[in-house]
Amino acid sequence: MSSNNMFTSSVGKKLVMAFTGIFLVLFLVVHAGLNACIWAMDGGVMFNRAGHFMGSNVVPRILEVGLFFFIFLHIIQGYMLTLQNRSKRAVGYAVNYTKGSKWYSRSMAILGTILLMFFVIHWKHFWIPSRITGVEEIKLPNGVEVHNLYAVMQETFQNIWVVVFYVVSCISLAYHLAHGFQSAFKTIGVHNKRYHAMISCIGYGFAIIIPLAFAMMPISFYLHWVK
Amino acid sequence: MAHNNLNLKLKVWRQKNANTTGAFVKYDVNDISDEMSFLEMLDVLNEKLIVTGEEPIAFDHDCREGICGMCSLYIDGKPHGPWQANTTCQLHMRAFKDGDTITIEPWRSNAFPIVKDLTVDRGAFDRIIQAGGYVSVNTGNAVDGNSLPINKDNADASFAAAMCIGCGACVAACKNSSAMLFLSAKVSHLALLPQGEPERKSRVLNMVAQMDKEGFGSCTNTGACEAACPKEISIANIARLNKEYLRAGITAE
Repeated sequence: MSSNNMFTSSVGKKLVMAFTGIFLVLFLVVHAGLNACIWAMDGGVMFNRAGHFMGSNVVPRILEVGLFFFIFLHIIQGYMLTLQNRSKRAVGYAVNYTKGSKWYSRSMAILGTILLMFFVIHWKHFWIPSRITGVEEIKLPNGVEVHNLYAVMQETFQNIWVVVFYVVSCISLAYHLAHGFQSAFKTIGVHNKRYHAMISCIGYGFAIIIPLAFAMMPISFYLHWVK
Repeated sequence: MAHNNLNLKLKVWRQKNANTTGAFVKYDVNDISDEMSFLEMLDVLNEKLIVTGEEPIAFDHDCREGICGMCSLYIDGKPHGPWQANTTCQLHMRAFKDGDTITIEPWRSNAFPIVKDLTVDRGAFDRIIQAGGYVSVNTGNAVDGNSLPINKDNADASFAAAMCIGCGACVAACKNSSAMLFLSAKVSHLALLPQGEPERKSRVLNMVAQMDKEGFGSCTNTGACEAACPKEISIANIARLNKEYLRAGITAE
């Protein structure tokens, strides 16, 4: 075996899942951080300014290309691996072995599918209007005209079913991360006990804090905590 | 300790050979001492079947001491039955209650084709070992055991990995039929020792390639393998295997 098929063997495909997964984890930090600007309580000025920077500056635009590439690689590879793995046991068991593993570890594809459905709806809510179909402009205090994404959020999250769907998606994200975060680091070879304990701990913390922050955004708008 | 006799109902997978489809067959086994091992209980049933002119149930076994890796059986939804860190041959009937129904299935994986009834062909493991699970040594006099200094932690971790008896419970337990716990034990065992150094890179690459060829699935770190392993092989070995693979893949010529 040469290094040519390093990323196409069973271990290699998992490496691709891990590297893209870690990239997506980093993206979540950036996304949650920027969105937290809604809590600046300034009528969305800071949030719209942050959104304008992300949409107009060349660095985030280049990173966005990478984000789309990695997210689709993660999704497609994930589905292919799930189908391949399922095909390895033509005759199943009468009694399944469920005690040895967590349900969410076994359900990454289902959790991922909920997240994929979420992305489609989320893109339709925000990304497509902002990039393609257009969003109402607003003038910032410094005179710059920007998309009023804050108003789009306010309007979108007045619908209780949208809020419920976003919260359910955040719960799926939490469980997806609870397995995915630490699993990704195992896949890239972290076996040292001390580091592994640390990564598990950070992973569970991350899986709670980030989805909780995201879930609080539609809830904050729905309950008019931010105005 | 009280001695009890159990009356049990068994649901056993019967299959003539690899080319036929199998089905569960129900059997009643009565007056089973709770001091018997699980395989002795099956021996009792088989003797009864032979007397009545029926085909006895085929199952793998050899040492019956929990060290050879020959016994298998997926009992009530867990490889090697309900006890932890235990092989089927060391599972005793006191694990069950009078009147229990016990479901017995073979290891299920395309890479382990059924030979007959509960017996599967685990030759895939042998071929993975042949692909790289060895070290090269010079012939001649045996060298002094203490001539090579080995870090104690590494020696212990290597020994723990070498505990793997290659029974295949990890494959049977895994939802993906992945052989990664087995493979990682074999790779770690040798990668941690200076004796394994010459083939360190080719070993992991060749063994992974052979594992894929045999038709095992890939690892998703669910931990089912570790929980079912009769020798408590740690899933940390899989992370070590991944590291060895990444290292070998990046630095390969």
